[in-house]
Amino acid sequence: MNSRITQYCIIRNGKIFLNGEEFFSNDIAESPLVFFKSALKHLNISYPKFYKMDSLSKLAFLASEVILIQDKARGSFPNDRVALVLSNSVSCLDTDVEYQKSISDRNNYYPSPALFVYTLPNIMIGEICIRNKYQGENIFFCSEAFNADLIYSYVNMLLQTNKADKCITGWIDFLGNSYEAVLFLIEREGNSNTIEFNIENLNKLYKGI
Amino acid sequence: MKVYIESDNIISPLGFTTGENFSALLECRSGIKFHKDKKYSQNDFYAAIIDDIALDDHFSEIADPTGYTRFEKLCISSIAGALKQSSVDIESHRTVIILSTTKGNIDYLSETSETLNPKVYLWNTAKFLKEYFKSRNDVLVVSTACISGISALLMGQRLIQSGIYDNAVVCGCDIFSSFVLSGFQSFQAISHSPCRPFDADRSGISLGEGCGTLILTNSKPEKSSINIRISGGAISNDANHISGPSRTGDGLTIAIDKAMGEAVFSPDVIDFISAHGTATPYNDEMEAIAFATSGLLKSSVNSLKGYFGHTLGAAGTIESIVTLESMRQNVVIKSIGYETSGVSQELNVAKSNIQTQLTHCLKTASGFGGGNAAIVFSKVENE
Repeated sequence: MNSRITQYCIIRNGKIFLNGEEFFSNDIAESPLVFFKSALKHLNISYPKFYKMDSLSKLAFLASEVILIQDKARGSFPNDRVALVLSNSVSCLDTDVEYQKSISDRNNYYPSPALFVYTLPNIMIGEICIRNKYQGENIFFCSEAFNADLIYSYVNMLLQTNKADKCITGWIDFLGNSYEAVLFLIEREGNSNTIEFNIENLNKLYKGI
Repeated sequence: MKVYIESDNIISPLGFTTGENFSALLECRSGIKFHKDKKYSQNDFYAAIIDDIALDDHFSEIADPTGYTRFEKLCISSIAGALKQSSVDIESHRTVIILSTTKGNIDYLSETSETLNPKVYLWNTAKFLKEYFKSRNDVLVVSTACISGISALLMGQRLIQSGIYDNAVVCGCDIFSSFVLSGFQSFQAISHSPCRPFDADRSGISLGEGCGTLILTNSKPEKSSINIRISGGAISNDANHISGPSRTGDGLTIAIDKAMGEAVFSPDVIDFISAHGTATPYNDEMEAIAFATSGLLKSSVNSLKGYFGHTLGAAGTIESIVTLESMRQNVVIKSIGYETSGVSQELNVAKSNIQTQLTHCLKTASGFGGGNAAIVFSKVENE
């Protein structure tokens, strides 16, 4: 039996879409970070750790909150049956550049451990795991563009070999003022009235809006 | 389907082949040296850095070193070294290259996102390697901090087992940089002497640089009398803290138990554990607790960080290759820097090289982001 795409979220150009429907919009926000903050407020989430995150992790966190909105049990118990498979093209270069600024001038040298830790692209996975107590399989890939073939192959393998029951997967990219998040919740035993998990559908939904 | 390791190569301050590196380990030589180099830091530090001239000398046997970055030279040298003893065709559509790295060409990073050198994009490094080695498939990049190397090996094994490829060239590489050194200095995590994993006097990590390449294949290699396969593996997350190790070791325990579950082994068959052993107080204690929880206190343990330093994205591949060579030669390498136990569990840390039959061995890693990975290697004796 094929797994299903049971939820998907797209964040682009000041708008958040959940399963194809507009969920939140603030396209007049003066910066991505202002937009992210307003989205968090709309989600009615009180989570102080959010404000310590770098932009990439904030974006990943928001997208994950949107696709998990119906899962009321998450975070109430440790769960090693949910996997995370994320990807992007810029790794964490946005934060790398910011950190580089803090060390390149000998007379203005202020490296900070709180910033340095975000110079790794898998930290956003850690943030989602902490929030939801997810202890399962996790990996981060870097590719020039959204690679549905790779995501499908790897996630399908995790689900079919029983390494996970569910997987949060997709694309989370942030650099400068440009950003894009397309996140899917894939379930091995998903409802049959949801979208079939295959390469064609991943590409279709990614391009969708 | 069984996945075998057909060939491998290590590039480090200790040598340019697996053999050279392993000889150095047998002689208990460390690549970690005292450095006074303002290019990297205003303060003195200990680290395992590859000599520039030695690297260029070695590389010039392959190509003219001018025009290649340090990172590219390491990857090309190591992949070429592994291919030399391999029958796998890197240009076949059934072969995939997987690159494991945390920072790639980090020495080319600028201070603004508008003026980024294209070399700093990891996908661009992947493209470069694809073109250099004339690979038919895109080079895949895995970047999951200190567990990148084992994650990439497991990805290779899994893609082969799924029937997508027959062979995987898994290359783990990271260079030494002021970027990473300053970061660990800001964490107060750099040791003031060569690092001492699991020792009572350990005080932090020593950084290193290097590259380790393994060639995985689904057909049993015929040339060698001893073959080793990947018999199990798993990746987990602590879901606890983005930079601090879990106090209970539960994340690492999950990865180890699942890896052994996949291999269908009970803990008592594991002869040896190649630990992550970074020599920070919390990490080594966390690992000790996890090994105890998983019932692994009888196995011999070492950490190779005292020889190579922490090579980040290369650590998982380099240390796996040393584990394989230990299995071929049936010797556990002394855990350099260890004298008196500094962890709460009674680990069997190797105080000298130990000649012993090694059939099943475990390699683990844990890192920033809360990631843990475990892989089991098993010997397959040829009839």
